[in-house]
Amino acid sequence: MTTRWIGCLLALLLLVSCGSGRTPAEPPRRGPGIPAYGDALVVGTIGEPSNLIPILASDSASHEVAGYVFNGLLKYDRNLTLVGDLAESWTVSPDGLTITFNLRRGVKWHDGTEFTSRDVLYTYRVTVDPKTPTAYAEDFKQVKTAEAPDRYTFRVTYAKPFAPALASWGMNILPAHLLEGKDITKSELSRHPVGTGPYRFKEWVAGQKIILESFHDYFEGRPYIDRYVYRIIPDTSTMYLELKAGGLDMMGLTPVQYARQTENSRFRASFNKYRYPASAYTYLGFNLKSPLFADRRVRQAITCAISKDEIVHGVLLGMGQLAHGPYKPGTWAYNPHVKDFGYDPARAKALLAEAGWREAGPDGMLVKDGKPFSFTILTNQGNDQRLKTAQIIQRRLRKVGIDVKIRVLEWASLLSNFIDKRNFDALIMGWSIGQDPDLFDVWHSSKTGPKELNFIGYKNAEVDRLIEEGRRTFDQEKRKHCYYRIQEILAEEQPYTFLYVPDALPAVSARFRGIDPAPAGIMHNFIKWYVPKEERVH
Amino acid sequence: MAAYILKRIIAMFPLLLGITLISFVVIRLAPGEPVEAMTAMSPKITAETRQRMREFYGLDKPLHVQYVTWLKKIATLDFGRSFAPDNRPVTSKIKERIPVTLSLNIIALILEFGLAIPIGVFAATHRDTLYDKGITIFVFLGFAVPTFWLSLLLMYLFGVKLGWLPISGLHSLGSDSLSPVAWVVDLVKHLILPVSVATFGSLAGLSRYMRSNMLEVIRQDYITTARAKGLTERAVIYRHALRNALLPVITLLGFSLPGLIGGSVIFETIFAIPGMGQLFYQGVMARDYPLVMGILVIGAFLTLVGNLLADVCYALADPRIRHGRG
Repeated sequence: MTTRWIGCLLALLLLVSCGSGRTPAEPPRRGPGIPAYGDALVVGTIGEPSNLIPILASDSASHEVAGYVFNGLLKYDRNLTLVGDLAESWTVSPDGLTITFNLRRGVKWHDGTEFTSRDVLYTYRVTVDPKTPTAYAEDFKQVKTAEAPDRYTFRVTYAKPFAPALASWGMNILPAHLLEGKDITKSELSRHPVGTGPYRFKEWVAGQKIILESFHDYFEGRPYIDRYVYRIIPDTSTMYLELKAGGLDMMGLTPVQYARQTENSRFRASFNKYRYPASAYTYLGFNLKSPLFADRRVRQAITCAISKDEIVHGVLLGMGQLAHGPYKPGTWAYNPHVKDFGYDPARAKALLAEAGWREAGPDGMLVKDGKPFSFTILTNQGNDQRLKTAQIIQRRLRKVGIDVKIRVLEWASLLSNFIDKRNFDALIMGWSIGQDPDLFDVWHSSKTGPKELNFIGYKNAEVDRLIEEGRRTFDQEKRKHCYYRIQEILAEEQPYTFLYVPDALPAVSARFRGIDPAPAGIMHNFIKWYVPKEERVH
Repeated sequence: MAAYILKRIIAMFPLLLGITLISFVVIRLAPGEPVEAMTAMSPKITAETRQRMREFYGLDKPLHVQYVTWLKKIATLDFGRSFAPDNRPVTSKIKERIPVTLSLNIIALILEFGLAIPIGVFAATHRDTLYDKGITIFVFLGFAVPTFWLSLLLMYLFGVKLGWLPISGLHSLGSDSLSPVAWVVDLVKHLILPVSVATFGSLAGLSRYMRSNMLEVIRQDYITTARAKGLTERAVIYRHALRNALLPVITLLGFSLPGLIGGSVIFETIFAIPGMGQLFYQGVMARDYPLVMGILVIGAFLTLVGNLLADVCYALADPRIRHGRG
């Protein structure tokens, strides 16, 4: 009996590993079809949202869901240009101190109440209220006065001109009539939000799913897709199997999945794949307080010794671009003419020799003042791409005589025991690239204090001046000038070795039409997506 | 007997107190803080905001003050509010997860005992035969195969290739509109894979234990006597031997009581089952102290109760123990 069991099990394992013998007939290439209301988009999310009042949440899952339920005053359109959302238009006073928003009229909250300037004023006040535990108060503390002269006008005055202010007003506006005078931290809106957005909240089954349904009175028109369903699936492998089995309609693929596992006719018949640069970059950052990296030539040498191309091909299978600075290629602040250090091991060796490092011993390792050149790269647990990047760098640096150790740490421990205490040599981390190009928080010398984000301790008077200049004017040409120059300085000084900007690789079920890939990605026109009637699934 | 139980119950309190103290200190020794997990690497956070949030959660006070505050609340069964941004009461977070974990674990437990005991007995009575060896290999295979790997293979086979079973979750979309019967069928389909994998993985321990108990008992003199009396092998094994071999299993059942509310993280993550394991894991990762402490206290309490129950049941089942204490 038992032996038969084992036989069955082995047969089963073999069956699984052999892959499919079935080759389904490829369905005919489908045309655009006719736009129709109905169907549902089912997506997976790794983490369950924590709180659907956006100012109280700091996780991406919460903000993603809230993004369909709420609107800001302004938003970024398909080309990443600021346009009005709840504000029809806005004007900046000539001195750059006052911004006046003319609000859209006739906008309804999901419960039917009209949206007015009172809601905006409330949202501002609750955000800066010291009793609100929010991570988003900082930009709004720059506001000197905020007023609502009438129902459809909202005006803010700043003490100094503050260019990132416009982007900050993309913050989701909360309903004053449901929250004013109540403790926002105990509000039931956190699990049952009421917004002005294209989708209204319907249901949240804890740990399982969140369902949104289309808001027919949405001011930009009723969305075609009737329901937006988030399934909470904490494991990415499971998510991928669900996608293949039709349980999910959309998912961001990994480079391996994109390039190797989905290049078959079966997958391509039922999914469309998209590819565009993500708003994020990965870097190797040096602790500038460490004597090893205080010398600029050493940092330049390390950048020369690393082949970024090899990393993009090895780690991302080519699904990404080389990074030369803190901006996304193709955006207005990105300087395409920056002269970065290319892969040049000979130059790396020369620069290191100039800095006083000599080859010693038969293994060719570098030594200065009797000490070998050896350092540790830290990175966080759970990010395979960063670990692989570290391994490639380790190999390349060994070739020029630098000994690199890699240490992978749990996130909280990496932060509190190493980064906060400035107790590291170098680390591989990533930043997401904000829509506004302001660099104050990461690169300004005033941000090197404890827990602040300039943890590598970068201090450059010219960069400081340019950052301040850039945030004190609304003139895009002037700002561009500042940011172009900053990128040149960073490329020369190499406080980071900027490594790569990965590509976002979403796959969407082929029954969805009207998708318009743009610099902003694919989700910017989601309310215009539709499923032709004959292909409807839900 | 009653005095003994009472004594045991009274002794539970200092034990429970000690457990809470140790857990409280240990979780705080872990690097990082809840505020940290929420605000780290966010460009829009200032020291002042961070301070404000620490005050909001009462983290600015000394550790012993925090412990006493927490203890006072727990004495009135108030588990506090979660430090996660949702700020919900810990009890309601646990409550929405317990039914899932509990029912899954009970099903798995019944299957585990229901399968492992016969397997163990069979292996013992067929000791050193090919059957015995085959069973050993089978149960140890279940023990050794990584759960996540087996789960993924089965999901791929039954979910993607054959399309017989759903891959993850507990319900299909739109299951609310199904008839009660169809709804149950849908739920059962979702449970087949996770429950089978869980059971397969846990067969080894219990069945091996059962086998060695049985072998122990069969060697006893009274079994020889029973055989000498001319009883059938069947009666010897099932009436005389099995009953005695089952005694230690009662202890095991008692030990599995706390396990009933504890879920497995890997398992729940793979199958997207919203259970206690995930909740606890997320709580630890986010340093959500009230939630972690809440689950630990409940777990500790159940462990103590389980031990007590096991001892009592054992005494009830075995006259030798009962009279010995008498």
